[in-house]
Amino acid sequence: MNFQFSDEAEALRDQARRFLDDKADRPKARAVMNSGVSHDVQLWAEIVALGWTALRIPEEHGGLGLSVLELCVLAEEIGRALAPVPFSSSVLLATEALLLGGTEAQKSKWLPKLADGSAVGAVALAEGTAPPGTRSGIKVVDGKATGVKAPVPDAAIADFIILSAQDGLYLVETDVTGISIDAVETIDMVRRSSRLTLANAVVEPLDGGRATLDAFLQSSAILLAFEGLGGADQAMEMAVAYAKERVAFGRKIGGYQAVKHRAADMYIKNQLARSHAYYGAWALLTGAPELAQAAAGARVAALDAFQFAAEENVQLHGGIGFTWESDCQFYYRRARMLSGTLGSKAHWSDALVRALEQRNTMMAA
Amino acid sequence: MNFDDTTEEAAYRAQVKTWLNANKAAIRPEDHSSRADAVAGAKVWQSLKYDAGYVGITWPKAVGGQGGNAMQQIIFNQEEAKYDAPTGLYAIGLGMCIPTVFTHALSPDIAARYVPAAMKGETVWCQLFSEPASGSDLAGARTRAEQNGDEWVINGQKVWTSGAHLSDFGIVVCRTDPSVPKHKGLTMFIVDMKAPGVDVRPIRQMSGSSEFNEVFFTDVRIKDTHRLGAVGDGWKVSLTTLMHERLAVGGKPASAPGVQEMIELARAIDLEEGNALEQSHVRQKIAEAYINDRGIALTRMRTISALSSGRAPGPESSISKVVVAKTMQDMGSFAADLAEGAGMMTGADLPHLSRFQGSYIGAAGLRIAGGTDEILRNIIAERVLGLPGDIRPDKDIPFSEATKLG
Repeated sequence: MNFQFSDEAEALRDQARRFLDDKADRPKARAVMNSGVSHDVQLWAEIVALGWTALRIPEEHGGLGLSVLELCVLAEEIGRALAPVPFSSSVLLATEALLLGGTEAQKSKWLPKLADGSAVGAVALAEGTAPPGTRSGIKVVDGKATGVKAPVPDAAIADFIILSAQDGLYLVETDVTGISIDAVETIDMVRRSSRLTLANAVVEPLDGGRATLDAFLQSSAILLAFEGLGGADQAMEMAVAYAKERVAFGRKIGGYQAVKHRAADMYIKNQLARSHAYYGAWALLTGAPELAQAAAGARVAALDAFQFAAEENVQLHGGIGFTWESDCQFYYRRARMLSGTLGSKAHWSDALVRALEQRNTMMAA
Repeated sequence: MNFDDTTEEAAYRAQVKTWLNANKAAIRPEDHSSRADAVAGAKVWQSLKYDAGYVGITWPKAVGGQGGNAMQQIIFNQEEAKYDAPTGLYAIGLGMCIPTVFTHALSPDIAARYVPAAMKGETVWCQLFSEPASGSDLAGARTRAEQNGDEWVINGQKVWTSGAHLSDFGIVVCRTDPSVPKHKGLTMFIVDMKAPGVDVRPIRQMSGSSEFNEVFFTDVRIKDTHRLGAVGDGWKVSLTTLMHERLAVGGKPASAPGVQEMIELARAIDLEEGNALEQSHVRQKIAEAYINDRGIALTRMRTISALSSGRAPGPESSISKVVVAKTMQDMGSFAADLAEGAGMMTGADLPHLSRFQGSYIGAAGLRIAGGTDEILRNIIAERVLGLPGDIRPDKDIPFSEATKLG
């Protein structure tokens, strides 16, 4: 049995954590929040130089051709550090969408640019109150799309956007006529979002239609689960560190059971989320028949763990945790953002039970 | 990543499978009644395993073990579990008591006298730790042992002793010096459960069955040769036992139903708004159960994976029992709620409902046994996360003073 990351992937994790600890500390996230800029341009350039944007892209398109496991490791570390860069949008989502369903022309055009950092991609899923992959008001007629997607993270800096419609994924380049991208405010003030309005804008479908959309949602569920897991662990570690320092009623608050049991509950949820995320990584890597179940499980467990850790991190900090100056808010807000980005816990719980029912039927047959 | 055996593991598994298949006719299914007539079948099976070299797989060869690794033990357990073999009778003896005996026995004679007989299944062992006044607070044991020449005289009461009524021997932790702080005045002994002055009385549990006992000691005499470890080192010795207990407990009981059973039950129930399985609140609950239930199984695979590759497992396995027990309870209550009135009744004609009802009752005990939810959270917080310990007013004062606190 080998249900752990390889030594090479763990070495990449160590390297990534050292780099991000050094370069992407939370003051950078705060600076982005306060200044209103899209992202930390210098940090993004350094991440590109490390090859992280090229990680999964095949060598013939200028990438490194590494496996999805390495990407999972980076997703977790980026989530942990809250690095204010479009890694999630461009690498975890847009690049993966192209790898899954991009036409040869789309791949040839965009993958080399994604790899060398000369282009950024974004993905537009959210639309009103509809969970991604359900109903969509995007209308595509004769290769031209009309409709509204919001919020779309990192759309303002994207060279192209991949959007979901009822029948699959489409790619729209952000310099075409009939497109407008307007800033919107969301709960997450580090990851900037926009409203994407299309009025007869030229779009190109990705291959595979609905099947690609479904596979993309599953792959995204797993990769964003790793991002959330990183955030959940970091929120827990912040809370634990504070509980070891803060004195009340004559002793460190971490010595009180009301506090330590909450911390233990964070650990429990984070470990469950980690195990489900690993299962998702394995299913994604091997294309296992359990993929639908593993993806939904990874998503639900990660959302549950991140939300709990983010909420209790503020709570265990007490009043100071509710101040603007405290970093607690970053994780509190990011956990909500991740919940909204790909469909809520309720939506994925439903998908999980559907997968379990289908699996049951398959096993019986 | 893969879930396959290594070449060595596959070879060992094949050997185990062949042996189990060749000997399956000797297996009497596990009898959970804890009655004396459950003993015979278990003894036969244990003796067969011993002869084939499947007892003490990870124990050193010097004590009669096989000198194997943890993966071999895991593989044997996985394969044996497919046959519902009767192993419960020896779980505590071989899982906890005998490793304590061979680690801390004062002489090779004592080890030679007790270890092989226990391995063969000729003797059954129990662990006498909990007392009416010390459950979670194990170091608060009050059962006295007083030295008299080359003997010790034991007086006091133990409780929650699993299988004491079937046991030949036990390991018992006693207070040998009340004038020092509680952790320093304990000593561990091997006790003959048939000795004069040992009185075993079954406790009837909330579930109706009687797996546990009260054990009273009245002037029970134990030779000093039967001491385990130094006088006053009983706490340290008991940690050997408890370390093995944490390895032995924690998984989901085989009798407890899982997520698929919950799906089948929900499918069989129609609510006013339609089939229960189609209802959002039901699906949420099933998903929640899956995250916990499957999450623990996957967490266990992480531990096994570490063992398989020769790494030290991380502390993640510490979450197991606390999640398993509460999840069992939550699933049990939810299943009964789904069934409304029928959920109260035994024998209702709904799939798996009686198993959910049974595991609901059992879960209440599981949340306490082998470390309560609260103690396990303390352990996670203190040992894994490094948070400060609780305030313990009794820790540094003589035990005789500590008993007056509160």
